[in-house]
Amino acid sequence: MKPIRPNDMMLQVTIRIVAIIIFAFSFYLLLAGHNSPGGGFIGGLMTASAILVLYLAFDVKSISKALPINFEMVIGLGLLLALGTGIVSMILGFPFLTQFFDYFQFPVYGEVELTTALPFDIGIYMVVVGAVMAIILRIEEDDI
Amino acid sequence: MSNLIFMPIIVPFFIGALLMLFAKRHRLQRIISGAASIVVLAISIYLAAAAFQNGVITAEAGDWAAPFGIVLVADSFATLMVLLSSILSVACLFFAFTTISPEREKSYFYPFYLFLMVGVNGAFLTGDIFNLFVFFEVLLLASYGLIVHGGTKYQLRESFKYIVINVFSSALFIVAIAWIYSVTGTLNMAQISERVAAMDQTGAINIIAVMFFIVFALKGGLFPLYFWLPNSYWGPPAAIAALFGGLLTKVGIYAIIRMFTLIFYHEPLFTHKGLITVIAGLTMLFGVLGAVSQFDFKRILSYHIISQVGYMVMGLGIFTPLAVAGAIFYIAHHMVVKTGLFLFAGAAEKITGTSDIKQMGGLFKTHPALAWMFFITAISLAGIPPLSGFFSKFPIILSGFQEGQHIISAVALLVGLLTLISMMKIFGYAFWGEQKHGEAAAKLSIGKMLLPAAPLVVLTIVMGIVAEPVFNYSLQIAEQIMDPSIYIESVLKE
Repeated sequence: MKPIRPNDMMLQVTIRIVAIIIFAFSFYLLLAGHNSPGGGFIGGLMTASAILVLYLAFDVKSISKALPINFEMVIGLGLLLALGTGIVSMILGFPFLTQFFDYFQFPVYGEVELTTALPFDIGIYMVVVGAVMAIILRIEEDDI
Repeated sequence: MSNLIFMPIIVPFFIGALLMLFAKRHRLQRIISGAASIVVLAISIYLAAAAFQNGVITAEAGDWAAPFGIVLVADSFATLMVLLSSILSVACLFFAFTTISPEREKSYFYPFYLFLMVGVNGAFLTGDIFNLFVFFEVLLLASYGLIVHGGTKYQLRESFKYIVINVFSSALFIVAIAWIYSVTGTLNMAQISERVAAMDQTGAINIIAVMFFIVFALKGGLFPLYFWLPNSYWGPPAAIAALFGGLLTKVGIYAIIRMFTLIFYHEPLFTHKGLITVIAGLTMLFGVLGAVSQFDFKRILSYHIISQVGYMVMGLGIFTPLAVAGAIFYIAHHMVVKTGLFLFAGAAEKITGTSDIKQMGGLFKTHPALAWMFFITAISLAGIPPLSGFFSKFPIILSGFQEGQHIISAVALLVGLLTLISMMKIFGYAFWGEQKHGEAAAKLSIGKMLLPAAPLVVLTIVMGIVAEPVFNYSLQIAEQIMDPSIYIESVLKE
C-alpha cells in the first residue's frame, strides 16, 4: 500500500479549527471529572481523537514533527502520576488511594475546589492518550 | 500496618511503570526489576508471617468502609499464594536474565512481567468480586503481552487463540458478576457470602455458582476447557512458559477454592461432591493421557499442569478439612515443582536446540547437574516419598477413601502412576541414551541457568522432609477458609 499523503485543502483548513474545539472540550471533560460526567478516561480518548484527526488531515511525518512525543513514555508517566497520588496518601498515614479535597479562594477566579482526585485523573488521561496513540501509530508503522 | 497489604500490588506496579520510561536500557531494567521482585518477596514473607500469627488482616482502599469500598483481605490462604507467586517470580526473572535475548528485553519485557505480578497478587488479595475481575484483566493483558513477546509465527498463531478464549471467559465472568449482583445486591465477597447464606443456595444461585465455576475452569485449565493450554504454553521463551505454567492456572484454581469455600458452600452434594469431583476426575485422567501420548518436553509438562490441577480441585470436591489442606499443600508443591521443570526444559532446549525428546539424548553424561535436578523434581511431581509430591497427594487420596469417594481416589492413584511413566519417558529419552547433541553443545555451561531454579529444587525437598509443619500450616489454612465466618467478620467487622 502506498503511504497516505492527504492533500485536501478543505479538510486541512477545517481540521485546524475543529481540532482546537475538540482539544478544548476534552480538557473540559478532564477537569469536570471527579464530580460530574467526564473524567480522565473519556477526556483522554477525546484528546487522542483530536490528535488523530490531525494525523488524518496532514501526513504522519509533519504531525510527528510538530508533536515529538514518545507516547509509550506518556503511558509510563501517567501510571506513575496516578499511582503517586495514591502513594502520597499512604505516606501521610491514610489507606492507599484516600482522596482529599478543599476549597480555596483565588484572586480572579473566586472559589475553586481543589482535589487530589484531579492528579489521579490526569494520570489516567495520560495513560489513555498514550495507549491509544501508541497502538494506532504502531499499526500505522506496519508495511502492508 | 494495613497499608502493607497493598505493597505486593503497588511495588511491581510502580516499578513496572518506572521501567517503561527507559525501555531501551536493558541492564538498568534487569537491576531494578530484580531488586523489586526481591523486595516483593521479602514483603510477602512478612505478610504471610503476620497473617499466620494475627489472623486475617484487611485494608480498605481509599478509606471507604467495607461493604461499599474495595477491601483487600490478607488471610493465610491469600498470603500463602502471594508468597508462592513471589518466589516463582524471582526464580523466573533471574532465569530470564540469562536466557531472554536483548531484543526481547528492549520491547517492554520487564514492565509486562511486573504488571503480570500486579494482577496475580491483586487477584489473590482482593475481597471484592468486581475487583477480582479487574485484577484478572490486568494479569491477562500482561500475559497477552508476554505470550506473544518476540512475535514468532507460532506464538502469534497460538496466542490469538489464547486471547480469544480468555476474552470469552472474561465476558462470561462479567455476566456471572452481574447475576450475583442482581441476586444479592452487593459486590463485596464477605457480604455476598452473608446474603447467600441468608437466602439458601437454591435454583438461581446454584446456576450462578456453576457459571463462576465455568469461568474459573477456563482460566484454570479444567476438563473440558483445557484445550488452549498445551499449545499456547509451548510458544513463549522458557522463563515465561515457566511462570505461566507455575502460576497462571493456579490463579483460577485459587478463585474456585475461594468461591466454593466462602460463598457457594451450602450445597456440597450438588456442587462439590457432584460437579467438582466429576470434573476433577476427568481433568486428571485426560490431562495425564495427553502427557503420556506426547513426545515433546514442554508439551508433556503442559499436559501435566492439566492433570495436576485436577488433584487440587479434587481436594476441594471432597470438601473435608483434610482434603482441602491437601489441595492447598498440593498447590504449593505444584507451583514450585512445575516452574522448576519448565526451567529445566528451557535449559535442555538451550543445550540441544530442540524440545522433542526423541531428538535429545545423553544429557546425563554431559550435564549431570541438570539431570539430577530434573530427576528430583520429576519424581517429586510423580509423588515419590520423601518429596513434597507424596505428602500433598496422600491427604487428598486418603480423605477420598475416608469419604467413600472410591472411584475418584482410584483415578487419582492411576494418574500418579501414569505421571511417573511419562516423567520417566522424558528421563529415558532425553537424559539417558546416546548423546545426540554436538560437542560444542556438550561443553555449554548452564550453571547460570540452573542457579535460579536451584532454590525450587531445595524447596521441594524441604517441603517433603519437613512435611509436618508445612502440612499443619495448610491444615490451619483449610480450617480457616472452611469457616467463612472468620473471613466475613474480619471484613465487615461485626
